[in-house]
Amino acid sequence: MSRGARLWVLAVGAAGLAVLLGAASFRLPHFGGDSHPYGGRAVRAALARHTANVISSVNFDQRAFDTLGEESILFAAVLGTVVLLRQTRDERQHEPEPAPVLPSVRRYATLALPVTLLVGLYVVAHGQLSPGGGFQGGVVAATALHLLYIAVDYRALERIRPMGIYHAGDAAGEGAYLVLGVAGLLCGTSFLANFLPYGTFNTLASGGTVPLLNAAIGMEVACAVVVLLSGFLDQALEIEEANRT
Amino acid sequence: MSVLPYLVAGWIFIVGVYGLATSRNLVHAVGCLAVCQSSTYVLLLSVGYRDGGTAPVFSDLRPGTRPLVDPVVQALALTDVVVGATLTALLLALVIQVDKRHGTVDPDELSELRG
Repeated sequence: MSRGARLWVLAVGAAGLAVLLGAASFRLPHFGGDSHPYGGRAVRAALARHTANVISSVNFDQRAFDTLGEESILFAAVLGTVVLLRQTRDERQHEPEPAPVLPSVRRYATLALPVTLLVGLYVVAHGQLSPGGGFQGGVVAATALHLLYIAVDYRALERIRPMGIYHAGDAAGEGAYLVLGVAGLLCGTSFLANFLPYGTFNTLASGGTVPLLNAAIGMEVACAVVVLLSGFLDQALEIEEANRT
Repeated sequence: MSVLPYLVAGWIFIVGVYGLATSRNLVHAVGCLAVCQSSTYVLLLSVGYRDGGTAPVFSDLRPGTRPLVDPVVQALALTDVVVGATLTALLLALVIQVDKRHGTVDPDELSELRG
């Protein structure tokens, strides 16, 4: 099909879709309205289970089984990326040269590194209390490590980043989530049900299994982001085609 | 105008689809897919919005004092963001491999099969 014909097909399809979406918009609940039946029920359930952050309660307690599925998509996507970005037979690896860094960049990145790492761990640990949780905190913690690449160079990052540990951590996070689910079965409730005491509302030890599942997700996401970025950084900095040099 | 947020979500989706269909670079196409995906965040968050509502987090809020926005759609948007980011990474890794094997990232030139 020529480009012009393709654009016409696209225009007809997009116009039809626009009409349908527009018509559907007028049948949706009023924007900003008061009718949130599931929202109200989720808030009541979260308060009954002593979890201050309702979103964490929804993700890691009320629909923990769905989160297991989403986490598995994440795990599979990272696995696929690692397989796709591996070094092939006609490529060779070379040692990247140390690059000059501006002193101001070095100073601020070095200062920001421990703070960012701490913020990431804080966000994971307080996922059941304040906005945050394993997904967000894991990304922040993984970002902190890569400040070292900005502050010094790639070889410094590689020294604190033994990839085997992060690959294992990725798998261990996924496994820990499943083990916590099975622990519910062994304690006589159902898979991924909250089986621990709910604890005192608005303290670190509240929400039953929510903080534990948060920690498992945090570990998996942090390791997954490190693994992903290492794959792309290796492609950019280390791996080159043998015949190109 | 109370349907505006929903229409904006539909508009973002159609813009993303237009970019996907007319893209001449696979990296650009992956970016357009991310635009399509962000329309779902707009849709989810506008479904959950409530006038005068605050975040459904009780660390510094007494239960029952303020109206809350819908936490269910926020939880959906949250996982969508993370899963979307890793899927984008997977697609970009595919683009890198396509570039290595075929020497081009223009989808129009990728018509023939190669073993």
